[in-house]
Amino acid sequence: MSTLETAARPVRMQSERASTALSLGLVTTYLSLIVALPIAALVFESTNGGWEGFWDVVTSPEAIAALKLTLWTSIAVALINAVLGTVTAWVLVRDSFRGKALVNAIIDLPFALPTIVAGLTLLALYGPQSPVGINVAFTTTSIVLAMLFVTLPFVVRTVQPVLLELDEEMEQAAKSLGATNWQTFRRVVFPNVLPGILSGVALAFAKAVGEFGSLVIITGNLPYQTQVSSVFIFSRIESGDRAGAAAVAVVLLVISFVLLLSIGAIRHYATRHDRD
Amino acid sequence: MTRFLRRFGLRGIAFTYLGVILLGPLALVFYRTFENGVGDAWDALSTPETVNAFKLTLIITAIAVPLNTIFGIACALAIVRRRFPGKGLVNAFVDLPLALSPVVVGLALFLLYGRDGWFGWLGDHGIQILFSLPAMVIATIFVSLPFVAREVVPTLREIGDEQEQAARTLGASSWQTFWRITLPAIRWAVIYGVILTTARCLGEYGAVAVVSGRLQGETETATLRVEERYESFDLAGAYAISIVLALVAVLVLVAMTVIRPKEEAVQ
Repeated sequence: MSTLETAARPVRMQSERASTALSLGLVTTYLSLIVALPIAALVFESTNGGWEGFWDVVTSPEAIAALKLTLWTSIAVALINAVLGTVTAWVLVRDSFRGKALVNAIIDLPFALPTIVAGLTLLALYGPQSPVGINVAFTTTSIVLAMLFVTLPFVVRTVQPVLLELDEEMEQAAKSLGATNWQTFRRVVFPNVLPGILSGVALAFAKAVGEFGSLVIITGNLPYQTQVSSVFIFSRIESGDRAGAAAVAVVLLVISFVLLLSIGAIRHYATRHDRD
Repeated sequence: MTRFLRRFGLRGIAFTYLGVILLGPLALVFYRTFENGVGDAWDALSTPETVNAFKLTLIITAIAVPLNTIFGIACALAIVRRRFPGKGLVNAFVDLPLALSPVVVGLALFLLYGRDGWFGWLGDHGIQILFSLPAMVIATIFVSLPFVAREVVPTLREIGDEQEQAARTLGASSWQTFWRITLPAIRWAVIYGVILTTARCLGEYGAVAVVSGRLQGETETATLRVEERYESFDLAGAYAISIVLALVAVLVLVAMTVIRPKEEAVQ
């Protein structure tokens, strides 16, 4: 090692440390100001009336009805996504047809399109003025439809890369050993794409549970009937019931955290599998 | 025959799904907007309130996107290249906006900056946050926070730090290394992340709806304007604004399609 380099090292390490501290400081300050502090204020507000106050609000009939509706519609949406999202990903990877690139691009449209516009467009086709005679406005079907719209990309986009990387030789081997198409899918393809499906489903479920913009117009916000939790929170804010809004919001926050943790766990499991 | 059925069956299912959920509704709104010619749509778009709403959306986006881009790059570098205590926590908080309801985001800001909130004292000093531009910008930053970081992290992992180390050994400062080595290598990921961030900013509704106070012509963004027009039974107006937003979304899709292969080529 030359003397020049040894001499230069302490200076460089100092500037290194300074830049590390600077960037870490920037990142944590920004995150705290934008994300952590508001979340803390929310949790603080929800516990203002003590644990009992929190529990009373969360278990009030209207809040429970909204939460139940949110959960079962989101589960239905997650399951539909698991099946149809996987089929769509399969068609996009293994099928070949004209305009495939276009269809592939369109998958991301729900992400790029504002949710309020999504709600409005669904209402145009499936509302009171529907040209095809289907009117599901202000029903639970409309909730499921809107949630399906906004969650469409998730499973497709998590399964697609796995299918692209999947070695078709494995499937050919299974078939040459006498496996039927269904057996090949179930024993060879499915176990490989399962982590992709699961993390996509978890993301779709999280998005569905929190969805708001697309539901405002199409569901009509009827308490006990079509009022999901996010809409419940919004109407509580508008009526000045901050404690009520905050308590239900904390429930949604906990659900989000749990889902993020499980997505992390699925990813961890899937990559560990890769290394084996 | 079964082969034919299987192949076209799956394709049929996928197409029907996309058609029923996505393309059918959009096509109809497009048709309805221009049913009576372009003139009507133009009239609906050129009202002062609507023009103001689009301006406000653009202003918010112009502030939120650069801030989130700088943060996203710094955050990705910290997550991939540094070891520090609380890294897991940083990771969790960066991802949170992806999974959290926008209404919850809006409420959290509403409580923090409201009159009785921890930052409520700012209002006593004449600094208006809630129901004005600052709160709307913060809400938009919150919901669009993860995208740049999430795009850059995998690319940073993939390219490794050998080139960066080589530059350092040759005497480059960390700033030089970043501009000459790291940034060029991650540029497509950054651009892709910026596109996603922009789309999310332009389209944000729930969080902004809570913190804006929705004063017409003052704190009404384009998406809030869509809802306001719908509530006022002005469907033509709501459709016209929606079509503009949808066209922007299509532009975003085109940009995504062009840039994704370049980003993946790096990875």
